[in-house]
Amino acid sequence: MTERAVRNPRSADAAASGLLTPLQRIGLFLSRIWAWAFLGLMVLFFVIAVPLSTGGSVNFLTVRNSQNILVAIVPVLLLGLGQTFVIITAGIDLSVGWVMSLASVLSALAIRATYNAGLPLFPAVVAGLAAALAGAAFVGFINGVVIAKLKVPAFIVTLGTSFIVRGVAYLLSENTTVIGLPAGVRAYGNDALAYVISGPGGGISFVERPVVTGELLRRMDVLLPWPVVMTAFVVAWAMFLLHRTRFGRHTYAIGGNMDAAIRAGIPVDRHIIELYMLSAATSGVAGFLSTLRYTAGSAVIGDPLLLSSIAAVIIGGVSMSGGSGTVIGTVIGALIIAVLTTGLVMLNVDAFWQFIVVGTVVIVAVLIDQSRDLIMGRPKGGVRR
Amino acid sequence: MTEPILSVRGLTKIFGGLVAVDKVSFDVRPGEVVGLLGDNGAGKSTLIKCISGVHRPEEGEIRFDGEAALFASPMEARRVGIETIYQDLALANNLDVGANIFLGREARRRRLGGLVQTLDDKFMLKESRETLDSLQIRFPSLTEPIQNLSGGQRQAVAIARAVYWEAKLMIMDEPTNNLGVPEQHKVLELIRTLRERRVPVILITHILPDAFAVTDRVIVMHRGRKVAEKATAGTTAEELVQYMVGARDDSAA
Repeated sequence: MTERAVRNPRSADAAASGLLTPLQRIGLFLSRIWAWAFLGLMVLFFVIAVPLSTGGSVNFLTVRNSQNILVAIVPVLLLGLGQTFVIITAGIDLSVGWVMSLASVLSALAIRATYNAGLPLFPAVVAGLAAALAGAAFVGFINGVVIAKLKVPAFIVTLGTSFIVRGVAYLLSENTTVIGLPAGVRAYGNDALAYVISGPGGGISFVERPVVTGELLRRMDVLLPWPVVMTAFVVAWAMFLLHRTRFGRHTYAIGGNMDAAIRAGIPVDRHIIELYMLSAATSGVAGFLSTLRYTAGSAVIGDPLLLSSIAAVIIGGVSMSGGSGTVIGTVIGALIIAVLTTGLVMLNVDAFWQFIVVGTVVIVAVLIDQSRDLIMGRPKGGVRR
Repeated sequence: MTEPILSVRGLTKIFGGLVAVDKVSFDVRPGEVVGLLGDNGAGKSTLIKCISGVHRPEEGEIRFDGEAALFASPMEARRVGIETIYQDLALANNLDVGANIFLGREARRRRLGGLVQTLDDKFMLKESRETLDSLQIRFPSLTEPIQNLSGGQRQAVAIARAVYWEAKLMIMDEPTNNLGVPEQHKVLELIRTLRERRVPVILITHILPDAFAVTDRVIVMHRGRKVAEKATAGTTAEELVQYMVGARDDSAA
């Protein structure tokens, strides 16, 4: 029972709702589920609007499009996962974009070097993951130490390291894309758990990519590419970590009242260092997966995703002032952005409108978050950081 | 007479040129509620902070449970069983009652043959409920974030936490401040419950009715010095006020 209050804020309010008027109850309920409702309504809208605007030749809810959306959210979601933990403690990690870039470059270099040195493909790819994680975690460690021990604001520290990491990533990649990776890498980044060929002569094949051409190839859908599967594992692990373990409980406690956490004997400094390492590590996985997907390492891959990932976290209901948020919220936030982007493209809307819509959703999300205090009649907590 | 659990001798704390606490001595015995009275700036809080490990006194001796007790940090003081409940409560408002009672000392369960450890929320909820029941504290729900609780209820959570972890001495700094009248009564009721359980309490207050309601003995401070120590039953509000404003002074005699 107890953990639900943390894992699922809705039931906490339900417990309190005995004391509330029906109107307050409805308001609270709406403010809790709006992200899900918004996602559902948006999908519904595109399902109706996309065929209408294209004269029925294109549909939104196809297997192929759903897989495109899943592939698209992988990097944004991974950057947002560690960030979720960081923001719950009222911190911020601005370095995740360039850390992803660095990890992409490092993993490409490591795969190429170890493979050329005679290592078989799989161990070479594992070496790539290890290099990505080690490089990223090192940056996270530096972030965490300077923030926790030297008491420099997280915004400044991670801004600084993002510039440093950017320079290192460009230097390591010699300002070009790291290519020359073994061809087999492509399969790790693009093959999938299952392949479905619809229509006559079709069928389903697991793990093995069917060798087909022409008409059959056009009708083949790739279900759950490996990067999506791996991201799903990372998401499941992050949920477990945040909602079921002492690490997660301490994360909430530090965000709720850092003084209380210190007095309760929680090793706050060490915890903060671990959080920034975690944030860097999930970004490192994002860089590694992008290297697999493109069979190349690139220093420009991560930075454009930084703000999208923070937007996903905020849309998902993580408060910048700390203390609240969930992993599933961030997943929904990333999905909302990806569905919006994909849907607008299919509607042939000018790509720049995406930014305008996403930006509006971010601000509305925070407004709805704040309205909860208004509904509950709680005094406002002052200016939000 | 039982051995004192806390024994303070000649405690002195100096800030710059100001003698904040001047050669104060007193004892606290098990099952006793001692009121620490005094006006603002009389040195009550400084004295308490010396005992709970926040400040290091310049001179004097503190013995707790028979051992010399000069703590380097509040954590050390807590480890031996001195719990201080400050006005800001040191609770995480975004967590529920159980999570707060077990804050920093969460109960865990081994899973998958000891491979991973998860929070044992069921156990923490059960223990919290039992502790609250034993203190006759009732909440509508134990699984909501405590920010939805009133000030008095949160005070009760802080007290329950100290009780659950078997505090040997409870120091409460102005616990009825910022509370409504019914809430004040509840907190005082809780202090009486603590006395029944033989948990000694030092109650810092400047509210005389509170002191008369629950204390066995009162110590009055004025300008850093202990100016009076009286059995509560043997004194009057009038007399205590005279000590508090410095019109009377037993230590000078």
